[in-house]
Amino acid sequence: MDLSLSTRTVGDRTVVEVGGEIDVYTAPKLREQLVELVNDGSYHLVVDMEGVDFLDSTGLGVLVGGLKRVRAHEGSLRLVCNQERILKIFRITGLTKVFPIHTSVDDAVSATD
Amino acid sequence: MATVELRFSALPEHVRTARLVAAAVARRAGVDEAVLDEVRLAVGEACSRAVGLHEVNELTTPVRVLLIEDEKKFSIEVGDEAPHTPAGRPAESAGRPGAGEPSRGAGGDEEDDMGLAVISGLVDDVEVSAGESGGSIRMSWPVTSAPVLS
Repeated sequence: MDLSLSTRTVGDRTVVEVGGEIDVYTAPKLREQLVELVNDGSYHLVVDMEGVDFLDSTGLGVLVGGLKRVRAHEGSLRLVCNQERILKIFRITGLTKVFPIHTSVDDAVSATD
Repeated sequence: MATVELRFSALPEHVRTARLVAAAVARRAGVDEAVLDEVRLAVGEACSRAVGLHEVNELTTPVRVLLIEDEKKFSIEVGDEAPHTPAGRPAESAGRPGAGEPSRGAGGDEEDDMGLAVISGLVDDVEVSAGESGGSIRMSWPVTSAPVLS
């Protein structure tokens, strides 16, 4: 399965809905999307990963890159994920301490700290 | 001899194929269903790393994946042909200027390290070796049930 991406605005947040597999082949598309959003002035991003079937370290690298970009503008990058197999990768790499991970888009959109 | 041997051009689009094949052979070998996600992820990481090393070193040779079924364990060996320095870093990329973010990330040192971190976090039995003529990552998992016949 390829990667699907769609964006929508909720208040001052931009929600990026990601579906499919994020790996060495598809991760550049996600990177482009995040770079484009930041270049267009969207600094508060919510990446909804509920539709993601597979995530590897290349995908993690892109998310970390996105976080660095929004932080340069005092922005935020929040993740939405409930899937144990995806969460496990964040835990193994210690990235649960780096990304705020929410159980729903509503929760992520209304989070302030 | 390996149960299944796979060789693919060192291109990112083929890594998914390697993941699918490895998971299918692991399932057949009797690797626990609960562990198959880990097999898929670990072989994907190892193949992504190998593809990155081939790209950085401009190698046209394929990446090699050996899937080996034993009585008590299932092993995967992913081999690259990138020349490594004694420290384990690819010879050419070690001196590569770190000009911003790599266009594709697979060859980036940071992401290479993250890939290895994921593998060592996932797999208990893993061996990384590297020499002048290439490197390999060998991983194995216990076989917990009788092989699937269907």
